[in-house]
Amino acid sequence: MLADYSILLIGAILVNNFVLVQFLGLCPFMGVSNKLETAMGMSMATTFVLTLASACSYLTYNYLLLPLGLSYLKTISFILVIAVVVQFTEMVVRKSSPLLHRVLGVYLPLITTNCAVLGVALLNINQNHNFMQSLFYGFGAAVGFSLVLVLFAAMRERLAVADVPMPFKGAAIGMVTAGLMSLAFMGFAGLV
Amino acid sequence: MPLLRITSPHAHGPMSTSRVMQHVLLATVPGIIVLTHFFGFGTLVNILWGGIVALACEALALALRGRPLAFYLKDYSALVTSTLLCIALPPYAPWWLIAIGVASSVLLAKHLYGGLGYNPFNPAMVGYVVLLISFPVQMTAWAPPRGLGEVPGLFEALLACFSPASFDAVTMATPLDVLKQNNSLLLEDLWQENPQFGRWGGIGWEWASLAFLAGGLWLLYQRIFTWHAPVAMLVAITAMAGMFYDNGSSASGGSPLFHLLSGATIFGAFFIVTDPVSSAVSTRGKLIYGAMIGALVYIIRVRGNYPDAVAFAVLIANFTAPFIDYYTQPRTYGHARKGDS
Repeated sequence: MLADYSILLIGAILVNNFVLVQFLGLCPFMGVSNKLETAMGMSMATTFVLTLASACSYLTYNYLLLPLGLSYLKTISFILVIAVVVQFTEMVVRKSSPLLHRVLGVYLPLITTNCAVLGVALLNINQNHNFMQSLFYGFGAAVGFSLVLVLFAAMRERLAVADVPMPFKGAAIGMVTAGLMSLAFMGFAGLV
Repeated sequence: MPLLRITSPHAHGPMSTSRVMQHVLLATVPGIIVLTHFFGFGTLVNILWGGIVALACEALALALRGRPLAFYLKDYSALVTSTLLCIALPPYAPWWLIAIGVASSVLLAKHLYGGLGYNPFNPAMVGYVVLLISFPVQMTAWAPPRGLGEVPGLFEALLACFSPASFDAVTMATPLDVLKQNNSLLLEDLWQENPQFGRWGGIGWEWASLAFLAGGLWLLYQRIFTWHAPVAMLVAITAMAGMFYDNGSSASGGSPLFHLLSGATIFGAFFIVTDPVSSAVSTRGKLIYGAMIGALVYIIRVRGNYPDAVAFAVLIANFTAPFIDYYTQPRTYGHARKGDS
């Protein structure tokens, strides 16, 4: 039981890392990784939303769409669910904890359109995860995303002062670096 | 910007970049001699051809960027990269394999990032991983060591490199491969059934590892690098192997001594992990960095798909190095310790 969940977590964090192996959520990965602090804020917000959204989309699919025979609507309804969850979270956080809102607030709307969130919801259905498995898979995906985002941000701060040739400055060398990191992560293949 | 004025006395460090690189090249010599003794001239041909390609790539990149050629070519860094990569490549590799590997090391991993001193990933290991993922068949074709097969001469080694089609390559699974494939035999029986295994590691490999250890210790004595990262890596791999070693059942991952003296453990610890550019910088950072590589090498060797994992582990640790540095910055003199007011 516990071993199953840890395999699920290691699989989602390292072996099938959402960014470097499945290439999901690349826009925030490139966009929010210029500074380590913003990357930290983004990863916390994503972890929160991803875990919540994977639970909510599981409930929606199994208790609303399946009984009504509407499973072909899953993509569009997941987008709706995610948007609602994010918006709702933002409102709650703003009222209940202004401090947390200041830390996470800017990033929350960004996450609505993050393909990793939708990807997790759909993969959970594809792989027939139950409720707890969906929760853990969402959490693992978020931790994997956060891990590489934060590490990548620390590396990009260093790249910003490197003597990179003119045509490769900025996003180009970022993509090259992400590619090399993706190569390195292939070493985890077969761990689970 | 204020001009930095420093008054005398000035001490002059005798170690320039090219001196450091020459020392590293010299330190690989015992290992190369042992490899040549056991596996024939393949490694030497690799190194020579790789060196030519490396200098050509370096010159091309410098010319494209309008940098002075002679100054940068004389710092030996391209030669060190290509030599380290070519030692790691299987002997009797075809010329195009070496060329692709060296070109990706020098051009992709080094010059795209601005040349010497800016590369976030170890260039030699980038080249190795690119080749391992693109050409797995050629990259796992290791020659049998002396005593277990014909060791080709110099002419055959040249033929193998530049005219691969006309050379009948004899290959043999490395000890790490054999251990990886094993799922039914006790380790003791595995040792007896497969002639590759030597006293501690594999035949040839154990002596090559010891020779690289000698070279590495000499570099340490010359203060080319500090002891922290290599020792942390070796301790971590020993601890991991010791923790999961069950005296040789079929599911066992091999003894600590076997892991230390097989594959690229020692070579990696002293020649790859100690790369001053792509590793962590602070003392505590180096310890964390080295330990992480050691642990990852063991995990991927025993659990992952690849028989040896030094290249992957080093790249993954390179990736975390800036983050490790960020959190292990030493306290600047005169500033309060954390918690002091």
